[in-house]
Amino acid sequence: MDSATTLTSLIILLPLLGFLVNGLWGLSSKSFRQRKSLIGSIANLTVFIPFAIAVYFFMNMGQNAEPIIAELFTWIEVGSFSVDIAYQIDQLSILMTLVVTGVGFLIHMYSIGYMWHDEGYWKFFAYLNLFIFAMLNLVLADNLLLLFLGWEGVGLCSYLLIGFWYTDMANSAAGSKAFWYNRVGDFAFLVAMFLTFQHVGSLDFDNILSSLDAIPADDKFWIGLLVFIGATGKSAQIPLFVWLPDAMAGPTSVSALIHAATMVTSGIYLISRLSPMFVMSPEVMMIIAVIGALTAIVAATIALTQNDIKRVLAYSTVSQLGYMFLALGSGAFTAAMFHVVTHAFFKALLFLGSGSVIHAMEHVEHDLQEEGKDVHFDPQDMRFMGGLKEYMPSTYKTFLIATIAIAGIPPLAGFFSKDEILAFTFNAGMGEFAGSLYIFLWVIGIITAFLTAFYMFRLTFGTFNGSFKLPEKISEAAGAEKHLHESPKSMTIPLWTLGGLSVVGGFLGVPNFLLSTFTHQEEHINLLHNWLYNVTADYELALSHSIEWILMTVSIIVAVGGVYIAYRMYGSGATEESDAKLSDRFGALYETWSEKYNLDEFYEGIVVHPIVRGSEKGLAKFDMKIVDGVVNTVGGVVRLFGSVFRYIQTGVTSSYALALVLGVILVLSMLIL
Amino acid sequence: MISIDWFLALSALLFCIGIIGVLIRKNAIVIFMCVELMLNAVNLSLISFSSHYGNIDGQILVFFSLAVAAAEAVVGLAIIIAIFRNNLSVDINKVSLLRW
Repeated sequence: MDSATTLTSLIILLPLLGFLVNGLWGLSSKSFRQRKSLIGSIANLTVFIPFAIAVYFFMNMGQNAEPIIAELFTWIEVGSFSVDIAYQIDQLSILMTLVVTGVGFLIHMYSIGYMWHDEGYWKFFAYLNLFIFAMLNLVLADNLLLLFLGWEGVGLCSYLLIGFWYTDMANSAAGSKAFWYNRVGDFAFLVAMFLTFQHVGSLDFDNILSSLDAIPADDKFWIGLLVFIGATGKSAQIPLFVWLPDAMAGPTSVSALIHAATMVTSGIYLISRLSPMFVMSPEVMMIIAVIGALTAIVAATIALTQNDIKRVLAYSTVSQLGYMFLALGSGAFTAAMFHVVTHAFFKALLFLGSGSVIHAMEHVEHDLQEEGKDVHFDPQDMRFMGGLKEYMPSTYKTFLIATIAIAGIPPLAGFFSKDEILAFTFNAGMGEFAGSLYIFLWVIGIITAFLTAFYMFRLTFGTFNGSFKLPEKISEAAGAEKHLHESPKSMTIPLWTLGGLSVVGGFLGVPNFLLSTFTHQEEHINLLHNWLYNVTADYELALSHSIEWILMTVSIIVAVGGVYIAYRMYGSGATEESDAKLSDRFGALYETWSEKYNLDEFYEGIVVHPIVRGSEKGLAKFDMKIVDGVVNTVGGVVRLFGSVFRYIQTGVTSSYALALVLGVILVLSMLIL
Repeated sequence: MISIDWFLALSALLFCIGIIGVLIRKNAIVIFMCVELMLNAVNLSLISFSSHYGNIDGQILVFFSLAVAAAEAVVGLAIIIAIFRNNLSVDINKVSLLRW
C-alpha cells in the first residue's frame, strides 16, 4: 500500500475505531462509562486526526491534480458486476471531507460540555463517530454503491441520534419519521442505480461520467430525476422535508451535525458529483430548480411563525437547502457547494449557539426547582427568553455573527454564496430553455433572501434583546436571571472558531467581476471556481459586469431591508406583540404558515392513513389467509403422511433388525435367482 | 494347504451367529458385539479371497472396515452409555420413547 492509500484508509477507519472502542467498551464495562474525559478524548481524536490528514491532502493537491484512487479491496464480484471498497480523493471530495471532519470535530468538542451530565455519554459519542464514518464513506466513495452504503449509514445514525433520548416516545417517533421519509427517497436512488448499471455496466463514477453517451436521453432524464428524488429525501426538500423540523428532538449538537454540516448536504454533493450527467437533461435541471425555490420560500415562511428556537433554525436549514438546489438547478454546482460550505459554518454555529442558550435555560429551570419553586417551562421557547445578551456575551456575539452571515450582509460568509446562487439563477433566466421561469425563480429567491434576513433577526432579537421574560411570564420565577450563566469553555471555543469561519468563509468565492471591476483584469480569481473547475460542469456565467453589480446591489438592499424591518418590529425584544401584528396583517396566510401548510396532516391523510388502513384490511387478511395458508398446507401434508406411517414404527429394535435381514435375503435371492 | 471352502464356511457360520444374536438378544452391548462378529466374518472372507487370488485389495479393504468399525464402536458405546444414564438399563426394547 502506498502512503496515499494508507492515509485514506486512516481517514475512514479512525472514526470507525472510535465507534468500536467507545461502543464496545462502554457496552461491556460500567466503570468505563464513568470515565467521561477518556471517552470524549477518544471520540474527538478519531475525528481530529482524519481532519489533519484531509488538510495534508488538501495542501498537497493542486487544482489540476488527478484524483487519488485508494482501492482497498474488492467488495462484491458477481459475473461482470464488480464493486470495490475504493475511495476517491479529488477536489470535490476533499472539500466535503474538510467540512465534515472540521465542523464535525468542533461539534464533537462542543458535545463534551453539552452532553457531560447525560447518562448515555459514551453511547452518544459512539453514535457520533459512527455518523462521521458513514458520512466519510459517502463523500469519499468512488462508486455509487459505496456511496449508498454511507448514504444508508448516515440514515441509520440520524435515526439513532434523533431518537437518542428514546425513553420519550415523541423523540423515538421523530427518529422513525426521519428514517421512513429517507427510505422513500432511497428507493428512488436505488432504482436510479439499477438503471445506471443497466446502461453503463459499472457503478464507478469515473466509468459513469466517461460513458454518458451510452445512456439514452430518456433514461438520462429518469436517472437524473430518480437521483434527485433520492436527494429530496436526504436533503429535506419538498415533498419529503417534513422529517427535518421534527428531527430537532435529538440533542442540539446532533441537530448541528446532521442538519447543518453533513447529512442534509449529501444530496447536493451527489448531484454535484454527477453534474456532467445532469447538465445533459435541462428538464431535470428545471425540476430541481423549481423544487429548490419552492422549498426555500415555503420553509422560510413557516420559519417566520415558529417560537421554538431550534425549529426556526430547522426551517431555516430547509430553506437554505432549497437555495442550494436552486443553484444546482441553475447549473451553479460550484455555487451550491460554496453555499454548503458557508452554510455549514454559520448554521452549525447557530445550532450550537441555540444549544448554549437551551443549556442555560435548562439550568435556570433546574436551579429554580432546587430552590423549591415549582416552575416548568419549555427551555427552547423564545417567548421565555429575551435579554440574554448580558448574561451570555460569547453566545450572543457569535450568534449575532452567524445571523448576519445567514442574512446575507456583506462581507460575511453567507453573502457571497447566496449572491452567487441568485446571479446564476438570473443567468439561467437569460438562457434559451425556460428563461422566464428561471427569472420567476430568481424573484422567489430574492423574496426568500428578504424573509431569511427577517426571521433570523426576529430570532436573534427575540432571544437576546429586551428584557428577560421568564420572570414576567411566571411570577414564581422572579429573580431567575441570577441563574443565567455563560456555557463552559469547551462549548464557547467551538462557537468562536465557527464565528471566525463565518466571517472569513465567504472569501473562498469572491466573484470574478468584483475584483476585475477594480483591477481591470479579466482573470479568474474565484478560488472555489478554480478549485472545482475540473470536477463540476457549471454553466457559463454570461452576464455583463453592470448586471452583476445591479444584482448584487439588489440582494444587499433586500437583506438590509429585511434586517431593518426586523429591527423595527423585534428590536426591543417584543416578540409576541409583533407576531400578533404580523398575524393581523396577513390573516389567513399567516395561519397557513404557522400551520406549516398542513403538510404533515396532508401526508397523514393521503399517505399514512390509507396505507395503515389498507394494511389492516387487505394485507393482514392476505397474510393470514394466503401466506399463512400456504405454510400451514405444507405442514398439514407432512402431518397427513405422518399419521399413516407412524403406525409402522414399533420402537422395538429387534423387529427392525429382522426387517433388515429379511430385506437383504430378499435382495440376495433376487440377485441369485 | 487348507482349501478356501473351510474358511468361507467358518465365515458364514460366524455371520449367522452374529445375525441371530442381533435378532434375539435384548442387551444392547451384546447386540453390539454381535454386529462386530458379523463384521469380522466378512473380514475373514475378504482375507480368504485375497490370499486365494493373490490380490492385496481384499486385505486393504479389511483395514478400512476395521478402522470404520472402531470409530463406530466409539459412537455406539457413547450412545449406549447415554441411554444407560437415562434408563438405568441397556434393554434395547425399552428404548421406544419417540414411538407414537
